[in-house]
Order: sequence, then C-alpha cells, then structure tokens
Amino acid sequence: MKLIPLAPAIILIGIFLAGPITWSFYGSFTNAALTGPNAKNPEWIGLENYTTLFADPLFPQSLLLTVVFVLVSAVIGQNFLGLGLALLMQRAHKAVAAVVGVCVVAAWVLPEIVAAFVAYAFFFRDGTLNQLTGFAGLPAVDWLFEHPMLAIILANIWRGTAFSMMVYQAALNDVPKEITEAAEIDGAGGAKTLVFVTVPMIRRSIATNLMLITLQTLAVFTLIYVMTAGGPTNRSTTLPIMAYEEAFRYSDIGYGTAIAVVMLIIGAAFSLAYIRLLRERKPS
Amino acid sequence: MRGASRTLPAAAVAVLLVLSGCAGGGGEEEATDNTLRIIYQKAGDASPLDTLMQSTKEQFEAANEGVTVELEPVEGTDEDYNTRLALSQRSPDTAPDVFYEDTFRLRSDVEAGYLLNLDEHLAGWEEWDAFNEAAKEAGKADDGGTYAVPLGTDTRVIWYNKQVLQDAGVDVPWQPETWDDLLEMARTVKEAQPDSRPFSMYAGTGTGEGTVMQSFYELLYGTESGGLYDDESSKWIVGSQGFVDSLAFLKTLYDEEFAVTPAEALDPNVWQVVLGTMLPENQMAATVEGSYAPSFWQEGGMFEWPEYADVMGVAPFPTQNGQEPGATSMSGGWTLAVGAGAENPDLAFEFLTTAMSQENLLQYTVDNSQIAVRTDIAEAPEYLEANPFVADVSAVLDVTNYRPATSNYAEISTAVQEATEAVITGGATPEEAAATYDEALKAIVGEENVVEE
Repeated sequence: MKLIPLAPAIILIGIFLAGPITWSFYGSFTNAALTGPNAKNPEWIGLENYTTLFADPLFPQSLLLTVVFVLVSAVIGQNFLGLGLALLMQRAHKAVAAVVGVCVVAAWVLPEIVAAFVAYAFFFRDGTLNQLTGFAGLPAVDWLFEHPMLAIILANIWRGTAFSMMVYQAALNDVPKEITEAAEIDGAGGAKTLVFVTVPMIRRSIATNLMLITLQTLAVFTLIYVMTAGGPTNRSTTLPIMAYEEAFRYSDIGYGTAIAVVMLIIGAAFSLAYIRLLRERKPS
Repeated sequence: MRGASRTLPAAAVAVLLVLSGCAGGGGEEEATDNTLRIIYQKAGDASPLDTLMQSTKEQFEAANEGVTVELEPVEGTDEDYNTRLALSQRSPDTAPDVFYEDTFRLRSDVEAGYLLNLDEHLAGWEEWDAFNEAAKEAGKADDGGTYAVPLGTDTRVIWYNKQVLQDAGVDVPWQPETWDDLLEMARTVKEAQPDSRPFSMYAGTGTGEGTVMQSFYELLYGTESGGLYDDESSKWIVGSQGFVDSLAFLKTLYDEEFAVTPAEALDPNVWQVVLGTMLPENQMAATVEGSYAPSFWQEGGMFEWPEYADVMGVAPFPTQNGQEPGATSMSGGWTLAVGAGAENPDLAFEFLTTAMSQENLLQYTVDNSQIAVRTDIAEAPEYLEANPFVADVSAVLDVTNYRPATSNYAEISTAVQEATEAVITGGATPEEAAATYDEALKAIVGEENVVEE
C-alpha cells in the first residue's frame, strides 16, 4: 500500500529510464544500421561490437581523451574555479559580486550551440584570442589545430564554472557564521578555516556537484563537434564524438550504441565513487 | 543524498536519447492518400532545389484538386541530410513519399528497403526516353531495377585563374599532360608570386567527400593502379602503389606550400575561402572543383563574380604520366526517388515526373550549374548559353569515374580522408598512411574481400 503514491514515479522511471537503457543494451548486441541490408533485418551478433571496439586503435585514445577531458575541465577546472569564485564573492563588495556573477552565469545560460560558436570564434586562427595576443606582440597560435584538447577544455571550464559556483554559493550560505568565527577566534587562518571547517561542512555539496558536472561533461558533444569535430587526426575525439561518427556518419547504430554503453559504465563508475564519498564518515 | 543518486540514470538517459534516434521527430501528421510528403535538402537562401520543389508543388496542386503536398526542406550539409533522411525512413509514420537521394547512397538504401522499384511506372512514362543512358544507370540498383530518376550529374576539372598564370609567364590556355606539369606550373607561379597558392587540392576529414571527390580520387584513378575497388573480382584493393603515389603528390603540394596551409585545409569551410576569396582575388592559380563551381559565381550565386567567365579557365585533370585515357574525373549526382512505403505510389510518381518535366528540369539544371541528364535539355540554347564552361565540363564525362557505392563506402571514404590528413599534417609518410588505410580497409570489409595489387 505504501507504494501506491509512488506508482506514477515508478511508471515514468520505467518508460523514460529503464526503457531506453534496456533498448541501448539490446541494440549494442545487434548489427542494426541506418542503411544497407542491416537496416532491414538487424541481427543479434552477441559481443561482436564490443570485441571490435576493444580492438579499435581509436578506442583507447578516445577513452583517454574522455577521462582527461572530464578530470581537467570538470573535476579540476569547473570545480575549483567554482569554489574559488563562490568564496571570493562571499567577501567581495556587492556590486563587484553582481558583475562577476552575471559574467560567469552568462556563459552557462547560453544554449550549448551558441556557446560552442562563441568558443570557436574565440580560439579560431583569426579569432579574438589571437587578436588579443597579437596586441601584446605574441605570435598567433592556431589553437584548434595545434592544441585542440586544450582549447576544448578551456571552453568547457568557461561554460560550466557558473554551475559549480552557484552550488557552492548556496552551500556556503548554509555554513553558520558562528562556526567560522569561532575557528578564527581559536586562531585558524583563512586557509586553515577553509580546509578544516568550511570544506568538511559542505562535503555533501562537493560530492553532489562533482557527480553532476562529471556526468554533464562526460556527455558534452555540441561544444566539441562545433569547435573541432574531433579533429585534427582524431586528436579531440572523445567517446560521444566517436559514438556519433559510428552511429550516424557510418550508419552503424549497433556499434555506436556499444560505445554509448561504455560511456554509461564510465558514468556509473564515477557516480559510485562519489556516492561512497558522500557516505564516508568524516574522521573526528 | 537521494537527489544525488538519481543523477546517474538521468544523465545516462540524456546520453542514450541522443544516440537512440529520438532525433527523428517532426512531421508526425497522419499521412492520407491525398497527402504527399517530400523531403529534400536546402542549402543556403538561394537554393535551386528549393525553387524547383516550390514550383512543382504549385503546379501539382493546381493539376490535382484535393491533393496536398507537404514540403520538408532539411537545411544542412550532405551528411546531415543523409542522416536525417535515413532516420525518417526508419518509421512508416515519418517516411517520405518522394525524396532527394544521393546516387552513392542509392544502392545501400535499396538494400535497406527504403526505395520503391520504379520499373513499371517508368515503362508508362514517355519522357523517360529523353534521359540519356549513362544517367539512367545512376538510378539502378544491384538487382538491375531502377529505383530513382537522376536530376543532374557533375564532373570535376581543374579551374585556373588565367590572370595569375599569365602574370607568372605561363601560357594560357593551359593544359597539363602529367602530374609533373602540375608541379612545374606551381613552381613557376610560386617563384613569381611567393605569397600565392599556385595549386591547391583538398585534404583531410574536414572537407569530407570533397577531399576524395575533388582531390584524392582525381589522383588515384589516374594512376596505373586505378581506383579503390576491383570490379572484376568485386574486391577492394590493398597494397596499391597508386595510393602511395597519390598521397605523396598531396604531400608535395602541402610541403612546398603550393596549397592552402594544413590548418586551413582541415576547416570544413575552406572551399568557401577558395571559391569566394582566393580565386576571385588572384591569390590562387588553380584548384580542382566540381562542374557546378560557376553556380557560386554567376548572378544570384553565393560569391557573385561577374568577370569569372573571362578570368577562369578549365582543364581536365591529367593522369599520372599522361597514360591513357589522358585525363580523369569523378562524377556523382542526385536523384529523386519514391518511398517504398508510400501510401499512394502512383500519385508520388506523378509528383516526381512533374518535377522532372523538361521545363522544370531545364530551369533547375541552369540554376544549379548541373550537367544535363535529358537530351532535350542538353541541346536547349538556354542551357548552352547559361554557363560558358558547359562544353568543357561535359567533355570529361568520357573519362569520368563513379564511386563504389556499397553500404560501407562512407566508412572507407573516411579512412581515405584520414590517410590524406595524416600525410599533410606530417603525422605519417605516404607509405605509412597507405599501410594504415589497408589495415582499416581490411577491418571494415573483411580480409576475404580485399585483393593485393
């Protein structure tokens, strides 16, 4: 009887979550295609997509690029920059905080496709960045060609930091002033207060934020596709780009879905790690 | 806590939805016997195909009372269009009645069961005789049946700027006989104008099919090895010396700075710079482009250039050492087809023939700088006068080649594009890149379907 109020939620989860996931797992074991004979009569091919994938020389590279992209742009970049901004804005003058807030949030509010074109225009060889460095007398660098991953990572940090900043602002507001004040009276400096008082108190927000930005970044597609389309020579092909290419450019839906399943597993691994972080008792 | 543990499935679903083809949407309206859904590609604001479809819709609705034609133009690149079309064909609810179909997708889409066999319909259509035989071949599938009617075809030739050549002391009209003649011209022009791009050809995955159609295959099909696929044994060719030589030629063009820079080459929009800026502004001596190039320069085109007819010249692309048949070219083209699941195939076919009438197709052929597929259009004065290069670009039809249109062609084409990219960016030598291609090819088609040259 207790479950009855939950019924609508369970049905919705069944349709929108379990359904597509099951379908994806199923699809990854077939040779379904967009065109050709396999479009008409897709066959069950067992683990063939996975054995092909693990033998594909592009796969380990894409996997590595994806992990680097997630760690550097989300876990390190967005997370620490977001926390730093939230701490600064707490102390900053109201007007300054408002201006900074608007600037940071603007990138986040833009639709992803627009943000991607803005980033493209910024890093493009005749783009804003090279014009700025040109004023400083520095030689122009073709960022998207020579350092595609760096450009994409910076673009994703720019785009996503606002989210972390807002999460931490909310968390910091919940930290009772008396406690930080007490720490200061006891002689703890700013850094010590942060590490031993503030961070442990917002630990849950940190874990939740990490989980969200990790999963968001893992799925980033438009930004990369517009900026470099995975190139040059696959040097910025992350798993979503690889899955898209296989599924839609080469019409191999089954293989593309297998890559999506691998992404799902990576996302699950990260999530489990964060959930453990949430549950862990702080040593007193 | 609870909020956090739900995040995983939510994000995972977002990923999966993207991949599971939910992008299909649109046009869910129930199709009736009297409604025709037409899907076609619309490129840019001034799209000749869009004009053709709009006017066909008007004519068709006026002639058939009670019939509604729903036009569904898809804006985007060829690749986007093909994907969008294939997605809509996966469900009977969204499958179009009549659609624009790339000749090189035709055979695999027939295998997928998306296209209606038109043999019976064509037998009762008088005007079918007006189409030339080579063009009719384009609509045929492996079973010998005809599944599509060609709208037009194209060829690839060298487009050169006479002004730049003359300034450098090269005689015009210029006709290279071998690959060495191309390099010789490039060196002469480079010496006279160090900043110019004397001879540029596309390379890399950025320009997609443009890389292979306008560049790599011109080279490969003019070597002794000649091509990707061996028709006699129905196998794909590996270990080809011609493949290595073609890559080496591209490497020379980029290493000696005859072409655009490698970074520019990888930009998917580089063709716009070549056709819109470099050639009109005398910064480039020559490039290989499609017979449709004048459609960008003529009045109403994307890069209007009134003097183009006087400044530009055309030369067939030479074979490697001048061997037979002396020149080479690649052809493709687009067709109209009827959906296998069309509710009212007769009506759909009638729409197709309305679009293909002499008058309608003539207008389209002229607007789009296509090579005519109907003999009564090829002879029409409007066609011959509209584009001063018609005779030149049609002449190479004698030596032209078509892509091996198998269902895994797209993947093989990408492997070729990657080989060119590796070579021009210095990532691999021509031999290494060719070996990588051979391995990729074997993985795609299977060891048993390749033949060592």
